[in-house]
Amino acid sequence: MKILKVTGISKSFEPGVYALSDVSLALEKGEILGVLGPNGAGKTTLIHTILGLISPSSGWVEAFGTRLSAQTRASILRRMNFASSYVSLPLTLTPRENMMVYALMYGIKDRAARCDETLGMFGLEKLKNKPSRTLSSGQMMRLALAKAMINSPEILLLDEPTAGLDPEIARKTRHMLKSLCSERGMSVIYTSHNLWEMQEVSDRVLFMKEGKVLMQGRSADLLGSYGAKNLEELFFKALGEGE
Amino acid sequence: MKASHVAAVALRQLYLYKRSMARLMEVVYWPTMDLLLWGFLTVYLRRTSGQNMPKFVSYFIGALILWDVLFRAEQGISVSFLEDMWSRNLINVFVTPVTMAEYVLGLIVMSFIKVAAAFALLSVLGWALYSFSILKLGASLLPLVLNLTAMGWAIGIFTTALILRYGLEAEILAWALGFVFLPFSAVFYPVSVLPGFLRAVAAFIPASHAFEGMRAVINGASFPARELLDATALNAVYLALSLLFFRRMYRIVIDRGIIPKIGE
Repeated sequence: MKILKVTGISKSFEPGVYALSDVSLALEKGEILGVLGPNGAGKTTLIHTILGLISPSSGWVEAFGTRLSAQTRASILRRMNFASSYVSLPLTLTPRENMMVYALMYGIKDRAARCDETLGMFGLEKLKNKPSRTLSSGQMMRLALAKAMINSPEILLLDEPTAGLDPEIARKTRHMLKSLCSERGMSVIYTSHNLWEMQEVSDRVLFMKEGKVLMQGRSADLLGSYGAKNLEELFFKALGEGE
Repeated sequence: MKASHVAAVALRQLYLYKRSMARLMEVVYWPTMDLLLWGFLTVYLRRTSGQNMPKFVSYFIGALILWDVLFRAEQGISVSFLEDMWSRNLINVFVTPVTMAEYVLGLIVMSFIKVAAAFALLSVLGWALYSFSILKLGASLLPLVLNLTAMGWAIGIFTTALILRYGLEAEILAWALGFVFLPFSAVFYPVSVLPGFLRAVAAFIPASHAFEGMRAVINGASFPARELLDATALNAVYLALSLLFFRRMYRIVIDRGIIPKIGE
């Protein structure tokens, strides 16, 4: 069942230059789609467009069977969430206060319990009442991930979510995402520069370069058809093909 | 429009005041310093000028308190927005189900709380230090305060729209734009002091009518219905225009993909 569809999205910020060019993808329920590409490929712009932070020049986004528009955006976003290593949460607030604010924004019923539960999922229960400014960058990223799970999203958009996490926490985070996808049917779009991580976490991958989709499919299928041993080799083959 | 969304925006701002001395200073310290400095200067001027200006202290302290209402109302919106920008939290907020209308209303609620806190503080200090009771303005007080608050909101929403569009380049407007209206709002002197062409400008500023109304009440004149009516009508126009301007800027920002870059 396709839970998210992106159809022919293009975005141009200046004439003749495309940040996204005719990008189409579909996300299945319970699937993790890894989006790969060099800097400036359009990965973050794609995520921001799916979230309605950027309006496409052409094409459309459809989530839960509803086309994204100014009128439908709030009801769609209630069932989605987002975390990025490029976005922060207010440092003056404690992790728990931050979570309480977002729990209200997402209309969570038993807010206090849900906040504590989600903070616990990311090992932040002992830090929950300290100002967030005292947290390390890795702990801040875990807080961002906890915020992203506050509404038990059906679609989760993650932009470089494990940047700044130590390897052990990054591995735990990937395992948690995998189990949430298989147990609850959560779907994830995941960007990262870490190709090994992508190979481990993604059910399918999508390669982008200069706003275009170079290839997409199941990792094993792509590796087979391009004769690559791993995603890193495939990545460089794909980049070479795009030139 | 969901009350929980509006409450969340205001709650995020209120949490800041729990442990931030800088934010508390904004509500307590600066208004108090203003009142002390200009209040004592007013007392001194009244003493040296004898009985020529018997209501000078009332005019001046009343004006100072009411101007602070306008200024805090404006800052309650624009600086609260800046807090989200400075903390790189805007994207997180804008990808929640909270609509822009709910977000702006949340900032307005926060502004109202700040105005109420500063107004209460200054009223108590004005009474304790200068025997000036703002409450003697009686029934006229509430519509005067509401009009000045509404004008502050209109300026705040307009300023926030510019900051949304132009980012950090425009953040100085949060402190500066309100003061553009100060000389023409007849805050500390009557409109009649202004030269003819500036009197025409003042006629289109809601605050000038509110402050003329305040002086009329202090002078013991009847309820300044005409001034309040003019101020209210102008504020309705100011608020409508500022909201339309905000909506226009928001659309441009979404179209040009500016939100992810705000604060850089």
